[in-house]
Amino acid sequence: MTSAPTASQGLAGTAHEPDDSGHFGRWGGRFMPEALIAAVDEVAAEYEKARRDPAFLAELDRLQRDYAGRPSPVTDARRLAEHAGGARILLKREDLNHTGSHKINNVLGQALLTKRMGKTRVIAETGAGQHGVATATAAALLGLDCVVYMGEVDTERQALNVARMRLLGAEVVPVTTGSRTLKDALNEAYRDWVASVGHTHYILGTAAGPHPFPRMVRDFHRVIGLEAREQVLAAYGRLPDAVVACVGGGSNAIGIFHPFLDDEGVRLVGFEAAGEGVESGRHAASITGGSPGALHGAMSYLLQDDDGQTLETHSISAGLDYPGVGPEHAYLADSGRATYEPVTDAEAMDAFRLLCRTEGIIPAIESAHAIAGAVRMGPRLVAEVGPDAEPPLILVNLSGRGDKDVDTAARWFGVVDPESLPTEEPPPGTDAQTGEREL
Amino acid sequence: MTTSSAGTDTGITRLGEVFTAAKAEDRAALIGYLPAGYPTVKGSLGLLTQALDAGADLVEVGLPYSDPVLDGPVIQHAVDQALRHGVRIRDTLHVVEQLAARGGRAVVMTYWNPVLRYGVDAFARDLAAAGGLGVITPDLVPDEAGGWLAAADREGLAPIFLVAPSSSDERIASTTAATRGFLYAASTMGVTGARDAVADTATTLVARARAHTDLPIGVGLGVRNGAQAGEVASFADGVIVGSALVSAAEHGRAAVARLTTELAAGVRGQHTGR
Repeated sequence: MTSAPTASQGLAGTAHEPDDSGHFGRWGGRFMPEALIAAVDEVAAEYEKARRDPAFLAELDRLQRDYAGRPSPVTDARRLAEHAGGARILLKREDLNHTGSHKINNVLGQALLTKRMGKTRVIAETGAGQHGVATATAAALLGLDCVVYMGEVDTERQALNVARMRLLGAEVVPVTTGSRTLKDALNEAYRDWVASVGHTHYILGTAAGPHPFPRMVRDFHRVIGLEAREQVLAAYGRLPDAVVACVGGGSNAIGIFHPFLDDEGVRLVGFEAAGEGVESGRHAASITGGSPGALHGAMSYLLQDDDGQTLETHSISAGLDYPGVGPEHAYLADSGRATYEPVTDAEAMDAFRLLCRTEGIIPAIESAHAIAGAVRMGPRLVAEVGPDAEPPLILVNLSGRGDKDVDTAARWFGVVDPESLPTEEPPPGTDAQTGEREL
Repeated sequence: MTTSSAGTDTGITRLGEVFTAAKAEDRAALIGYLPAGYPTVKGSLGLLTQALDAGADLVEVGLPYSDPVLDGPVIQHAVDQALRHGVRIRDTLHVVEQLAARGGRAVVMTYWNPVLRYGVDAFARDLAAAGGLGVITPDLVPDEAGGWLAAADREGLAPIFLVAPSSSDERIASTTAATRGFLYAASTMGVTGARDAVADTATTLVARARAHTDLPIGVGLGVRNGAQAGEVASFADGVIVGSALVSAAEHGRAAVARLTTELAAGVRGQHTGR
């Protein structure tokens, strides 16, 4: 086996770049306050220098290898595949990275960039808490102050990750405005950044937001697809027939899709959170059910009403519960190079249980959307290639592990007595005002 | 500055008159912000009317938006309430129309997505028809404003952009070149909200901007009383007050009138300080 591609190769530049001001066709750009333009200009300029600096690239590769544990393996999920109509399912195991998800890829890159810029503090938004945990981790490792904004609703449904961030020394600020979920956490992070930009870098957690974030975050995650492409070629002697991933903001999806863009025979499918069904109105499927608009810095597909007000979204998965999507996904959807399909809460939770019981892997509920999609498309692909052909290969980005979701899943499946699950009531010895203990 | 293709009696020219009139009295103009629909559509019309009657030379009618990233808690709370009461874009246009009908001068302050959704051309057309003079766009920079600049020019509306202490000289130059009516200088790095002192960054920014433009310059963010208004008036052409007026609005029309009177004295150098 040849040596695996490294993280730094993701930064090398491709034939699929936005224009100089960050537009992917009509998408992307910078829809943001002038006060922050200087900051994103600085990030863009520093990133351009860093991605050509051998010392930066070597440090990134060292951390991704020795600290995060890259490369992540590909697992042939044979017992899961029995439920996929004869297709073969390969899992790209981003759940095995340090901190338990793909988020570490981007965070280590941006944290190193923060040091390069001479800034001492990082802020982040988080939904499921995976990006917040990854950011708190990188901040601890590199000695940066860290504040994470998290919607109050999400601090409740992802309490484990709140504890992890605090243990790592980060300050977690519950956001009580608006829908109290991920989009409101982004709003608060922007408000912090406008006032703190002199010494603070905003580690945006997905491949969205103003230029250069969609491109830069994508580049830090391209290692997922670069590795997987080599791994599948080495093990099966051919490329996968389909590459699939869940899509909220879309960082894990763009990371695994991007290195396959020029492989015409490989179909790319993103699975969006359909909540209780797109027709119910209670969902977070921005491409399937949204329309063009500008939110949080970029033009993309957006869930909005007739007046351009952002709609409240719903997904059982906090990490996909967001009304927008990264601009490059909007571009890929328009061009038809990638397609996007909805997966409901119920379908995702069925897939969650299926993966637990067939493979002994508890996935993040976000990633369970991709598993559901793969199982659903298996019979379709088998029918297309015909019964005599080799079974089609579906490469799934298993973007995160599900420890954080055990409460939610236990409630969904009723596998434990609800009385035994944590309640709002703080345990004895806890500060009655804040619910916190000194760590 | 180029003349608009819409003729001579345009929003841009009428906005210019606000500043020439103030200058003729050797003072800065007072510009007050209140969101449409807070506490109700009718209530907001009453409050804005009160502000104009008590001495505001121009009002900014805020178009409520679900994700106001440049606003602090006071304005967030007010627009949130307006949205929960179901305020629509057409209500904001209606408020502008009613103000203009009684001779009031008004611009709209709006985040960009509602305008995108309404249609940039349609919004410009309907705002001009309502008698609005221009639009302040806190999250739209000229780089992304091609369609809006064309529509504003066609309708004689002033596209009013912001500069910030962090803006480079190059960006101040390009932003002022795209701006009509007046330039909005954000006094400090931060979100809206009353502050105890006027930031030093404001004077520096105004001086830097003057090197690039003859446009009147309004300074906003953080002004809350007559003394601060007087201080800003000593180096700017317009004093913009938002959060403090919204806070006053929580107490009703009389409180808005009181604060506006104090601010109007402030921009005339008549405030004795507090």
